[in-house]
Amino acid sequence: MSVRTDVVSLFEQVAAQQKKKLAPLLDELVLLDSGLDSLCLAIIVARLEDTLGVDPFTAAQDADFPVTLGEFIRFYDDAVR
Amino acid sequence: MPCDDPSSLWSSLSAGCLAQCVLHGAEASVTLADLSHGSSLGGRLEELRGRSVLVVTRHQLTAALALVELDGIAGRLVLCPPNLPIEHLAFVVATAAVDALVTDQAAAAVEPLDIGRLVTCNPRITGAEPERSARHRTEWVLLTSGTTGQPKLVAHTLSSLTAAIRDGGTPPRSSVWSTFYDIRRYGGLQIFLRALLGGGSLVLSSAEESTADFLDRAGTHGVTHISGTPSHWRRALMSPAARRISPRYVRLSGEIADQAILDHLRLVYSEARIAHAFASTEAGVAFAVDDGFAGFPASLLHRPGVEVQMKVGAGSLRIRSAGNAIRYLGCPAELLADADGFVDTGDLVDLRGDRYYFIGRRGGVINVGGLKVHPEEVEAVINRHPRVWISRVRSRKSPITGALVVADVVLKTAPEPAHGRVGLEHEILRLCREALAPHKVPTAIDFVPTLAVAASGKMARANA
Repeated sequence: MSVRTDVVSLFEQVAAQQKKKLAPLLDELVLLDSGLDSLCLAIIVARLEDTLGVDPFTAAQDADFPVTLGEFIRFYDDAVR
Repeated sequence: MPCDDPSSLWSSLSAGCLAQCVLHGAEASVTLADLSHGSSLGGRLEELRGRSVLVVTRHQLTAALALVELDGIAGRLVLCPPNLPIEHLAFVVATAAVDALVTDQAAAAVEPLDIGRLVTCNPRITGAEPERSARHRTEWVLLTSGTTGQPKLVAHTLSSLTAAIRDGGTPPRSSVWSTFYDIRRYGGLQIFLRALLGGGSLVLSSAEESTADFLDRAGTHGVTHISGTPSHWRRALMSPAARRISPRYVRLSGEIADQAILDHLRLVYSEARIAHAFASTEAGVAFAVDDGFAGFPASLLHRPGVEVQMKVGAGSLRIRSAGNAIRYLGCPAELLADADGFVDTGDLVDLRGDRYYFIGRRGGVINVGGLKVHPEEVEAVINRHPRVWISRVRSRKSPITGALVVADVVLKTAPEPAHGRVGLEHEILRLCREALAPHKVPTAIDFVPTLAVAASGKMARANA
């Protein structure tokens, strides 16, 4: 599975579990406007660490935090490479 | 407590401070000088003299105005944080012997509390100049979480709340403060008092506003000093509006500030002084470090003659200062400080080289985005499930919220095939969601064959 598939399916899964209404998952979607709160994003980041074995939020100290979904996917793509 | 000539928050504000200080809420702005000739409480201060007043407001701005007006007037001010469940509110009313309520909500919303005297607070300043002479050294009561889920009531005075502010020097009058915190919690209250006593303005956050809208508003008001937890800041840095503010001072507190968040803040706010502070509701403010590194220098400990004395005992940071709270309300047996006057923060530290690093909290208490979770409260809910033998709730590190809650569960009967476990996990999580606030619900459940028991006979807990 690609990083994109993992990320998108986790957004959908966590939104359903936390009973949040998810905005359409387009690359330009601002993460904070996705309908998910910080707790949801934290759960997604933890599950991505379990499946992909990386946590770019802790590792990357010279890169901006991702703002959009597209940047979030690239953030993980770069980390697993 | 009644006294002859107490100074109050109002009397501490000089004419210059009043003229310059504007409180900006999401819904309105108020210049404090307006309180010189009117009141946000409809001029009903006399009715609240000496009383134990519970402040339950929807908006932070109205709470802020009530605090300015009632210090020195009320015998006790009980600050209700947002979203406190009504059953806990009833406990607070009884414990603090509340006999008056200040609110910006309709009477019906607070009717279940059954408090006889109700005074409405709103941001429209009306009426004639009220009689503001202080006759009480008002006790300020803040709520913090307890092991059973019921809040603990921590009593301060204006003097203990402002100890760190008096010691820390006064920032220039042109300061515009802001905080992601709610001012009805200790971290936010510190910023509220810093802004007022320093003659600055304050931009208040709002639970009904997005992070981007808040940052936009803070930027519009020209915020110079801004504080939040590391989780608040991680969220801010993921907002497209992160660069709408250009603060001179960025402060982190309420959670462990790791090197990653300090480095990211330096990257985005390159002109700002970035400080991480340690404080707790009970212990007060201990220090603020602005050298850009996580942890704090060991040289801050055991310094003779300084206002804030710090030491490490049994692995945790202990603090003795004029900023310590006075006592707990309603639990006379529970001492806040030891015989030497040191308050045990419960925050565990580890000495590496010449620096101490925070490594978690005693008793496995988990800090999720600045909100404490006591494992026992969550375990009690999980253990209600008929198939659960025992459970242990622990912390998992998170770069977004600092920590997440996870649970290890031992079942009464032998493990089942995978699909049965999934169903059981859903049932346990449903129980938790029905009984607990979202941040307390485990984000993962691991079914384990057994749990370790420590030499004390208690369940072994890794420090969160």
